[in-house]
Amino acid sequence: MAYYAKHICNNNMAYDKFNILTSTAVPLPIENVDTDQIIPARFLKATERKGFGDNLFRDWRYNSDDSPKEDFVLNNPTYSGKILVGGKNFGSGSSREHAAWAVYDYGFRCVVSSFFADIFKNNCLNIGVLPVQVSAPFLEKIFAAIEADPKTELEINLPEQTITLSTTGESESFDINDYKKQNMLNGFDDIDYLLNIQENIREFAKDTPL
Amino acid sequence: MKKTLFDKVWDSHVVHKIENGPDVLFIDRHMVHEVTSPVAFLGIKNRDIPVMYPERTFATADHNTPTINQHLPVKDPLSANQLKALEENSKAYGISYWGLGHEKNGIVHVVGPEYGITQPGATIVCGDSHTSTHGAFGAIAFGIGTSEVEMVLATQCIMQQKAKSMRINVNGKLNKGVTPKDVALYIISQLTTSGATGYFVEYAGDVFTNMSMEGRMTVCNLSIEMGARGGMIAPDEKTFEYITGREFTPVGADWDKAMEYWKTLKTDEGAEFDKEVTFDASAIEPMITYGTNPGMGIGICNGIPSAEAVEGGVSTYKKSLQYMDFNEGDNMIGKPIDFVFLGSCTNGRIEDFRAFASIIKGRKKADNVTAWLVPGSHKVEAAIKEEGILDVLHEAGFELREPGCSACLAMNDDKVPAGKYAVSTSNRNFEGRQGPGSRTLLASPLVAAAAAVTGKVTDPRELMQELV
Repeated sequence: MAYYAKHICNNNMAYDKFNILTSTAVPLPIENVDTDQIIPARFLKATERKGFGDNLFRDWRYNSDDSPKEDFVLNNPTYSGKILVGGKNFGSGSSREHAAWAVYDYGFRCVVSSFFADIFKNNCLNIGVLPVQVSAPFLEKIFAAIEADPKTELEINLPEQTITLSTTGESESFDINDYKKQNMLNGFDDIDYLLNIQENIREFAKDTPL
Repeated sequence: MKKTLFDKVWDSHVVHKIENGPDVLFIDRHMVHEVTSPVAFLGIKNRDIPVMYPERTFATADHNTPTINQHLPVKDPLSANQLKALEENSKAYGISYWGLGHEKNGIVHVVGPEYGITQPGATIVCGDSHTSTHGAFGAIAFGIGTSEVEMVLATQCIMQQKAKSMRINVNGKLNKGVTPKDVALYIISQLTTSGATGYFVEYAGDVFTNMSMEGRMTVCNLSIEMGARGGMIAPDEKTFEYITGREFTPVGADWDKAMEYWKTLKTDEGAEFDKEVTFDASAIEPMITYGTNPGMGIGICNGIPSAEAVEGGVSTYKKSLQYMDFNEGDNMIGKPIDFVFLGSCTNGRIEDFRAFASIIKGRKKADNVTAWLVPGSHKVEAAIKEEGILDVLHEAGFELREPGCSACLAMNDDKVPAGKYAVSTSNRNFEGRQGPGSRTLLASPLVAAAAAVTGKVTDPRELMQELV
């Protein structure tokens, strides 16, 4: 773990450390939520990472005249919290990291689903949003619990790799590789690691023609 | 140990392995465009670090660019600002930049292969999920997020866990009117939009062996639409012939050395895949999608399946049909359409324009259809003119636009209005993908052409004639 000691922390995008998060959750029981829904392409024109949360789920959240759609969950004051719970295959489609930025910028630190699309999952891990994959039955239990009581809290325990429903105490463990786990716990990112092995990379590149 | 093609390319690019963590993967070639790169450049600027190997990064402008009057200043200030940022960043860091108006400008996944940036056995990334296109040459190519773009700029590496391997075999003879796009849409419809998530796919079988390089690019392009990290096809004589003599292709002794490596790029006999599926080519019909993800596709003569007949949640499925204003059991043939889009990194190559022209030749564009025909690059545009396709288009009442991503994701002005239907040769039919409220039917250039001249969903086999 020597590289962590040499951590260079001058990144203005570095994220907060993640340890144990206990929060109510916002349910979005729709499958195949693609990143075009999370943030439509027309909102990708910024050259800085600012304000993407305002356009999170833009076209599900607002009418064409910018008035809020009352039936969309983010416009329903009953539901709030730092955890977003989505249906199966969450984050499919475009690689736009803006989708993960929008989730983070809105205030979510964790997305729970029974299945994630690869690129979205990686992007989340790279910016400090924890993707928690649970079994399909447990996901159903979470949706049911929130529906029965919107004040239901979920505890996401990263050190123990567990997710627990506060109402019933039911719990499941989730996977994350040790490297990414350490990054999330410490707020580190991959560039810090890579910069520390620059010499290995240069050595490798010598034998790799353009 | 017997290795797959994917193993060979991946393993030879691992700089460092982290136990119970990702591999540090060396990236041979990196392509950037204006939308997913500015924050990455800002990141290295704020850290005050240089681009490690600027000669390995190639920049082109495509997502935001207008497809008419490209010689004039870009009207949308936000788009103009993003294009300017890419130009300035490229200049500041010594990266080659093929901006708007440059003769080599075009869609990143069209120009890469055209200029020989794309090569067998290479690792290629770009902040765009359709980077999988380049896998057609036997490269490991995949889309990355902006944090990873920053990593590549800073260190020429990314950190990822190796994906599982899947082989998709399609054997047999393709039916009349069935194009590479149909093969891909068929596979996605069978595997679903998440059926290959977690896997890197190798396409094998005589359908792909017999396919042109353009066709292979279309198939690999769509790998991401079934969730795959990427897709690749082992390089063969066709591949080597395609890359010969292109600007960034090695020559002389370098070519000979490269060929030695490239010829090893095939899956060893007996190598094991984590998953293997096989399809029969004769089962594939010209395809069209009816829903809001690319897995919701059917043979064009079929009816829309009932909610009970499809895998997944009934409510999500019904929501999707409601968005499209279609009903279970509806026939797709005869459904009126409003727009046709020929283009994108999926179907914006010369072969796609040839196919489109073969149907519309001697016919007229339907009055109710607005058609956007957008070449993938200036090189494609030039070929369209040289081959006389432009004349065919004009005679039939079509106009050719200038290169770019255009209505595939509608970041520029090429937006399909709310509630309107577009038959599109692009890659995604997500809600609002082609403009807020737009409804997309994904299909091949042949199906798009048939719709363009009839104004409705039409089986292209009824209109097929000799290629121009």
